Amino acid sequence: MSAFRIPGKGRVCHDKPVRFTFDGKQYQGLEADTLASALLANGVHLVGRSFKYHRPRGIVSAGSEEPNALVGVSRGGGREEPNTRATLQEVYEGLTAISQNRWPCLHFDAGATADVLHRFLPAGFYYKTFMWPKRFWDRLYEPLIRRAAGLGVPPSEPDADHYASRYAHCDVLVVGAGPAGTAAALTAGRSGAQVILADEQAEIGGALLADDKVQIEDQTAADWLSAAQAELAALPNVRLLARTTAIGYYHQNMVGLAQRITDHLASPPADAPRERMWRVRAAQVVLAQGAIERPLVFHGNDRPGVMLAGAAQIYLNRYGVKPGKTVVVVTSHDSAWHTAFDLADAGTPIAAIIDTRPAIDPALTEAAAPRGIEALLSHTVTATSGRLRLRSIHVNAVTDGKVGGARLILCDTLLMSGGWTPSLHLFSHTQGKLAWDEASQSFLPDLKTEACHIAGGGRGLWGIENALQDGAKVGAEAAMAAGFNATAPALTTQNDRSGAGIIIAELPTDRGPQSTRSFVDLQNDVTSKDIRLAVHEGMHSIEHVKRYTTSGMATDQGKLANMNGLAIAAAAIGKPPPQVGLTTFRPPYTPTTFGTFAGYHQDDTFDITRKTPIDPWAADNGAVFEPVSLWRRAWYFPKPGEDMHAAVARECRATRNAVGIFDASTLGKIEVVGPDAVEFLNRLYTNPWTKLAPGRCRYGLLLGEDGYILDDGVIGRLSEDRFHVTTTTGGAARVLNMMEDYLQTEWPDLRVWLTSVTEQWATIALNGPNARKLLEPLVEGQDLSDEAFPHMSLADCTVAGFPARLFRVSFTGEMGFEVNVPARHGLALWQRLLGEGEAHDICPYGTETMHVLRAEKGFIVVGQDTDGTVTPGDANLGWAIGKRKPDFVGKRSLARPDLVDPNRKQLVGLLTDDPKVVLEEGAQLVDDPNRPIPMQMIGHVTSSYWSEALGRSIALALVEGGRMRMGETLYLPMASITHTAKVSRTVFYDPDGQRLSM
Amino acid sequence: MLLIHCPYCEATLPELEFTYAGEAHIARPADPSTMSDEQWRDFLFIRTNARGPHFERWRHAHGCGRFFNAVRDTVSDKFLLTYKAGEPKPESLPE
Ligand SMILES: [Zn+2]
Repeated sequence: MSAFRIPGKGRVCHDKPVRFTFDGKQYQGLEADTLASALLANGVHLVGRSFKYHRPRGIVSAGSEEPNALVGVSRGGGREEPNTRATLQEVYEGLTAISQNRWPCLHFDAGATADVLHRFLPAGFYYKTFMWPKRFWDRLYEPLIRRAAGLGVPPSEPDADHYASRYAHCDVLVVGAGPAGTAAALTAGRSGAQVILADEQAEIGGALLADDKVQIEDQTAADWLSAAQAELAALPNVRLLARTTAIGYYHQNMVGLAQRITDHLASPPADAPRERMWRVRAAQVVLAQGAIERPLVFHGNDRPGVMLAGAAQIYLNRYGVKPGKTVVVVTSHDSAWHTAFDLADAGTPIAAIIDTRPAIDPALTEAAAPRGIEALLSHTVTATSGRLRLRSIHVNAVTDGKVGGARLILCDTLLMSGGWTPSLHLFSHTQGKLAWDEASQSFLPDLKTEACHIAGGGRGLWGIENALQDGAKVGAEAAMAAGFNATAPALTTQNDRSGAGIIIAELPTDRGPQSTRSFVDLQNDVTSKDIRLAVHEGMHSIEHVKRYTTSGMATDQGKLANMNGLAIAAAAIGKPPPQVGLTTFRPPYTPTTFGTFAGYHQDDTFDITRKTPIDPWAADNGAVFEPVSLWRRAWYFPKPGEDMHAAVARECRATRNAVGIFDASTLGKIEVVGPDAVEFLNRLYTNPWTKLAPGRCRYGLLLGEDGYILDDGVIGRLSEDRFHVTTTTGGAARVLNMMEDYLQTEWPDLRVWLTSVTEQWATIALNGPNARKLLEPLVEGQDLSDEAFPHMSLADCTVAGFPARLFRVSFTGEMGFEVNVPARHGLALWQRLLGEGEAHDICPYGTETMHVLRAEKGFIVVGQDTDGTVTPGDANLGWAIGKRKPDFVGKRSLARPDLVDPNRKQLVGLLTDDPKVVLEEGAQLVDDPNRPIPMQMIGHVTSSYWSEALGRSIALALVEGGRMRMGETLYLPMASITHTAKVSRTVFYDPDGQRLSM
Repeated sequence: MLLIHCPYCEATLPELEFTYAGEAHIARPADPSTMSDEQWRDFLFIRTNARGPHFERWRHAHGCGRFFNAVRDTVSDKFLLTYKAGEPKPESLPE
């Protein structure tokens, strides 16, 4: 048993020792210890180095508000986490934890030189120091800052754990299971309401876990709590969630709960999720989050051994741990006196209680005397000493506002209390209004925006009895609001140690302001001097002070720091705190793992991968895939030894010289049906559709009302009232949405029905001079001759015995067919065509070859050659506009002055002077490379490929006034070279289209 | 996450099922060719950008697929009411 553990005391299992290591050294704790309580039981206060100055830091709190005791926890094999709060991490056999932000080790840290240089690192130093000279930023300042500042080191391996998520509904959700929350859950639970009670600690009970004096209903707090826990567990309508943090309060009473499931287990079950996110929709929410103790602000208040008094009470009564050998208490609130009494009664010498107040409840001083505790009223602490652990403090009397001479008191522990801040983070998430309470110098809940109720310490009440009774009352109100009949039990107590206090922005001191280092934000290393400097430099709103000093911007969101920071800023500005404001709290309440948010959306279930019916063949035949919107598409099919360039060149040659086969199933397909279908397409697409005969198809162009190209695709007329509309792969859902929008809201009188059939058809494209030879013998019910089935035809027929919708279209410039068969036949048809195609030198090709072949013909890809600011005229698609149509979507915009400007960026071809140079897509064009930088850019490359057919590179580009620049030389300045290229037409290959009938 | 009432399904459902579709009660002009450049600009681009109740369109995309109108308070982000497409703009709003 260690020197600081009191045998038999607290709720830890004294007969169940647990071994763990911290920074490689082995220690022993007890089951139900946190890492923090186990370290303190071993006399370890020093647990980390601070963020900016690398100052030695110790454990300050006993909860999730902890700013200092952040450690790295590792189980190995991809299970490690930085910045774990030692105050929440439970110990288990074999737990491995390390301290952070120190080099080479915790006891000697080279980075601590920053502490000596603190005068050169004032508030806003990022803004001031490192702005100039600019070029020093990348090379010097940023790497230096990155090495010196920071918290833990991110894991190097992928997270090996998995995470769960779950939705839940209930009548009453109670957040926080201290006395108020427990009483609320009991009251609501007894009414029959469906109740969820969540608490971030391992055990429900809150303050009741650390008070062995109070009696509730004539029982000890422990007995009453055991009975309450048992009753709640037995109620079938109550769900208890321990180790569960309410991280965010969202609209309409949805609360996110992050539940830790395995982090406390020595050997987690292999199939257990590490954490689970609950999304709870509650009819009524009870917020019983209690209050967080405020540190006091004085010189040297960050030394290891300086701790919140309330935390020491928890370590003593809940974990049976004494915080040190000799303790001094400094406070402005009664509560810390009781901590001192509990410690003294447990055998810890209390050297003194220092209270900043000149007068207090005489019962406290009367209780101190028999315990031999010296009480110093109207005193202050002006300094602390001790390198890695507190050794002594300076205590001074304050008379009429004047600080007297210092007296040295030896102690290894200083417990502080600056009063208590109602914890209203979740209430703040709802945009609920806070009101300043002058008496308690704190913000209390005011106007609510959600069906929520606040109980206990969260609304400024103090003491166990107040919390219990308020919790019961609020629990009953919530249950009744949810439609249940509830009665609040009386819940009387004895020996409840209620009390009061004052708020003091910063302790009086005899030190000069320049030599005072009183920390306000321990996690971000912000001092009171920094805050005053920010005010002096013109930051007069707390939001500005926060950003300038970074106070409250660390991972603890200033749970300890914000109110002290506000009080100091308000004093410096000379306005009352509510006029200076309170910074907004945002979810999550405490840092939450990415895994918890991701839940099941991990690895294969991260996102949908859409696969075509032919995808299995592509996977079996070595396809390299690329993602296209949600689809995975075969990019190219390398043969052994081929790189991408060689494979694509071979696929291009085969398609131009024989026949290529391509899986086009991802094309969006919408069937537009009804007596007004042709009128609908006339209004929506730029082209005229009335005269398109059944059995024929046409390229269709879709604009937004702003006149810019949105989508394109071939549209076939199946019969008078039935059209097969194809869209781009990525645009299918968007186009269908737009069609539905116009149909439902602008033209509800049109008798038209829309059906997405993208996944109902498998689409196989055959392109090349041998395409017809391959297909003809397999087709029944349609003559494929040029006369009977010319380019841009379609027909219902059978192909290889499968019912098919056959198109004669081409996106390559070669003779082309697209065979649509019901999706279930797609793979069989593909394999049949490949088999029959052997005699015709068939070659499967992927999307890259498709892109090369279409670019050789100057066919655009919407979204690659257009970017949402390209008109049909810009893209040389003026021919696709039905000139005689009175109206279509986007027509009016095409007459807007800026859309008819002849100097607009227009799509042109580019041929590099060096035919071997394949330009980078996105490369910027200039017309004179000798102009001073920044040069005016006149356009950019949208598509660029090696053309196997032409034996040279080709590119498409959007260029200002491009069509007037034919033959002109343009320049592409790259990092190390400037390329030159001549503007050309966009059709590079077979400009007369003779190959369509070959 | 908001709950949204679909006036066609007559059910209050999670926001995840819905998509936003811009400001409501901006009808496409019957004959755009008669509009001046300024009038057409206003139709295309000029929006209310209300602080407070905002009339807007939503679609029950992962449900019935219908577009409908809603009034949402842009300060509180809360829906005040929803109604079917084509119905007139409500004259009074619930508190
Ligand atoms: Zn619906």
